[in-house]
Amino acid sequence: MKRSVIALISGLFFGLGMNISGMVYPEKVLGFLNLFSGAWDPSLIFVIGGALLVFAPFYHLVIKKRSQSLCGDAMCLPHSKQIDKPLVYGAVIFGLGWGLIGICPGPALAGLMSFESELFFFVAAMFAGNYLASLWQKRANVEVNRI
Amino acid sequence: MITINFEVFTPGSAMLGGALLGVSSILLMLFNGKVAGISGIFGGLISRRKGDVTWRLLFVVALLSSYFLVSLFSEQQLEMPSSPHWLYVIAGLLVGFGTRIGNGCTSGHGICGIGRLSKRSISATVIFMLVAITVVSIRHFFVGA
Repeated sequence: MKRSVIALISGLFFGLGMNISGMVYPEKVLGFLNLFSGAWDPSLIFVIGGALLVFAPFYHLVIKKRSQSLCGDAMCLPHSKQIDKPLVYGAVIFGLGWGLIGICPGPALAGLMSFESELFFFVAAMFAGNYLASLWQKRANVEVNRI
Repeated sequence: MITINFEVFTPGSAMLGGALLGVSSILLMLFNGKVAGISGIFGGLISRRKGDVTWRLLFVVALLSSYFLVSLFSEQQLEMPSSPHWLYVIAGLLVGFGTRIGNGCTSGHGICGIGRLSKRSISATVIFMLVAITVVSIRHFFVGA
């Protein structure tokens, strides 16, 4: 019960953050990625910066030393330190897709209820892409280090 | 040359929105022991493991609903770039595939991962940012998009 309430609150805060920060607007993200256009919009750095200013100190001072969560779950944190091929290839493929339209998974879901048809195409394709990758992982028997 | 367009730069709302993302990440990790990475949460709904689905569904439902809450207070209508639908499909496929293989996206790697000083996440974030900047710059200078 408590876990479910936390998931709801966390999801809501996340969506509000995506909307308030403007990251649901692809033009704003593209304005950041279009670094050499002569009209750069650095806002995205401030979004990640704002998130890190809140999250990083709290993680290192409070969460890091915990062996389990407040609800008694194991901490699901990846421990791998290896920069392997799947990480690099995955990041490259993601970057290609992100650069094409300026949409990444968070904003795609946070903006979906605008019922813009393009977002439904994007999210359906993202679902398919994720599924295809899971088939590939099974075939290649890749050990999955969830982030 | 990098020149900032101060007419569209919104540091205040960006920081405020970012801080909310940070709070969201803290809550999910502190109470539930989970990383608030959207591609990972979304991906877990595709390869469903027993006892690991409900929280993901609730998170996503709340994430989707946030849009309604925001539209109560804001008149601003979401607009999508005028690219053809097939480009959205290609982009979605690449984003879905890449984030699964690379174990994370802008939130999982960019916020939780960097916040934890994970070398993997820092590397992934630098790579996908550089690639995306390259794609956008190529389109800007050669295609005029």
